[in-house]
Amino acid sequence: MAEHAPRTLFDKVWDAHAILSREDGQALLWIDRHFFHEGSHHGFNQLKARGAEVARPALNIGVADHYVPTRGRGGFIADSSVRHMVEQLSANAAHHGLRLFGLGNPGQGIVHVVGPEQGLTLPGLTIVCGDSHTSTHGAFGALAFGIGASEVAHVLMTQTLWQRRPKRMRVTVEGKLGPGIGAKDVALSVIARLGADGGQGHALEYAGSTIRGLSMEGRLTLCNLSIECGARCGMVAPDATTLAFLRGRPFAPADFERAAEAWMALPSDPGAAFDREVALDASQIVPVVTWGVTPEDALPVDATLPDPDRAADPARAEQIRDGLDYMGLHAGQRVSDIAIDRVFIGSCTNSRIEDLRAAAAVLAGRRARVPGLVSPGSTPVKRQAEEEGLDRIFRDAGLEWVESGCSMCVGMNGDLLAAGERCASTTNRNFKGRQGKGSRTHLMSPAMVAAAAVTGHLTDVRPLLEGRA
Amino acid sequence: MQPFRVLAATACPLPMANVDTDQLIPARFMSRPRSAGYGDFLLHDLRAGPDGAPLPDFPLNRPERAGAGILVARRNFGSGSSREAAAYALVDGGFRCVLAPSFGDIFSSNAVNNGLLPARLEEAAAEALLGWLEAGGLEVVVDLEACTVSAGEQRWPFAVDPVWRTKLLNGWSDVDLTMSHAAAIEGFARVDQARRPWAWLPEGTGTG
Repeated sequence: MAEHAPRTLFDKVWDAHAILSREDGQALLWIDRHFFHEGSHHGFNQLKARGAEVARPALNIGVADHYVPTRGRGGFIADSSVRHMVEQLSANAAHHGLRLFGLGNPGQGIVHVVGPEQGLTLPGLTIVCGDSHTSTHGAFGALAFGIGASEVAHVLMTQTLWQRRPKRMRVTVEGKLGPGIGAKDVALSVIARLGADGGQGHALEYAGSTIRGLSMEGRLTLCNLSIECGARCGMVAPDATTLAFLRGRPFAPADFERAAEAWMALPSDPGAAFDREVALDASQIVPVVTWGVTPEDALPVDATLPDPDRAADPARAEQIRDGLDYMGLHAGQRVSDIAIDRVFIGSCTNSRIEDLRAAAAVLAGRRARVPGLVSPGSTPVKRQAEEEGLDRIFRDAGLEWVESGCSMCVGMNGDLLAAGERCASTTNRNFKGRQGKGSRTHLMSPAMVAAAAVTGHLTDVRPLLEGRA
Repeated sequence: MQPFRVLAATACPLPMANVDTDQLIPARFMSRPRSAGYGDFLLHDLRAGPDGAPLPDFPLNRPERAGAGILVARRNFGSGSSREAAAYALVDGGFRCVLAPSFGDIFSSNAVNNGLLPARLEEAAAEALLGWLEAGGLEVVVDLEACTVSAGEQRWPFAVDPVWRTKLLNGWSDVDLTMSHAAAIEGFARVDQARRPWAWLPEGTGTG
């Protein structure tokens, strides 16, 4: 059989988890890790309606993140609907005997930061969560994807999922990234190239010297944003960087060397076939920001906004007009002339220690011209940042340093923009109303958000980094 | 779930691309239990102006589209967040089918799990159907047996994953099917635990 044919990283992980494969292309996959959060209540309710139990309690891990307050931790949660969501999560975990990184747990944080940080995320695993940014965990060479509530219930009850084998796409990035340019810029460049639906039906593998040169934090950012081009998952092959990150993590395997040996056999074989290949040149990647209401509306910071009258087709013209109108911008406007009201640094995309360092490198000794929030990705990240004195830099710049959670990326906990407010944000979605009804979001890297903070408008971060390490 | 074979219903045009699940249901409504009904939240913030009053020209608010069961949109419908509440909002709002050139993968799975058909039309067919509806056309027939959609004198083929088609035609849910493979799952788990001990976690609720 295909045992000896060259296989991709994706194929190897998929094949190792297929309990059975049907002729119609569906496979029943074993799920190694299911992460759940407050929003998973619909899934637990389906379980309750069936009177079912959790099949494999040890493999289902809860994290409080979507609704948790970022201020006044430890006290009573005043907003009753938020409080209810956090309590319901604890109740569901307790009822079924599941591990929980709840509010107050020293490991608490955003699920896609906690998994890797705790060593729960490992190469070669299948990982699911009722959250589309589960693609993040692919940075370790795991097959990780977001699922809906019915699928959450299915995993809880069976520790399996039915899936159709997707096509495989390799995104190769070669060369060295310039100073001040990072994984977020690579990811937004990929999305702009593929379009917001260009990855649909595909499993992405990121490869090439640029990707190999990224830290785990950078790879997590890149894989996180795979869903924004429509790909349900993105993967990076495990290597020495992966092993170095995982060694010594709380839930890393006891026999680490044996595990590492298995992981090192995962990278795609030479000659493995991909259904689609896309190549980017790192030297051409510049700081990128979004201007519209879909992540595909991304442009270099020195560009001007598109003109709907010059669009290729009526549907595209309509999309540009709608985006400009919602965002309160006009055709031909320079991106760097867009003034902002607020900044946000955080989310599962960019809230890890390296992200905070990159923002702090720009903000050190400077004042922000606009207010803003900095929410570290986890309680351990917060502690580490404070040990490094980064919190002081943010506070001295005039930004608010708060606790960890999804916060202003999705606004479920009440961290929201007012209608019409414009935010430079390290998050993942610039959808209409994403950060609050009527909010306007520009996505960019942590360094670029910091640059926007100190100038009050979207701006190229690179001149601000001159003379700094 | 109710089987889906042929649906003849009023169709509503939504001539927009990238209608993400944040638009289909804003996050602030998702803490409600399903039993409360999600229909009123469907496209909530697009349907109303800043003062909260319904926009009379928004297609879903137009009186001739009342009771619509089919929605027709542009590409990348249901992209973004995995919230199944987006499918709940459509189903509770009376919809059984969305026709568009492409769909978010997670949304499509969620739709099928709720008996809602995500049918892919060629871009030109979607534009023609949108045009027909915007010119006053009302009733559309979606035939899942034949995989065709008809409006007036026109008919177009649509695509849907064959497995999902079978599921919808029969009104099946996955869990029962999976439970019938319980022995295979147990066997896999036993072998896997020996083969990949590193992939397993100790029992218990400790967080280190």
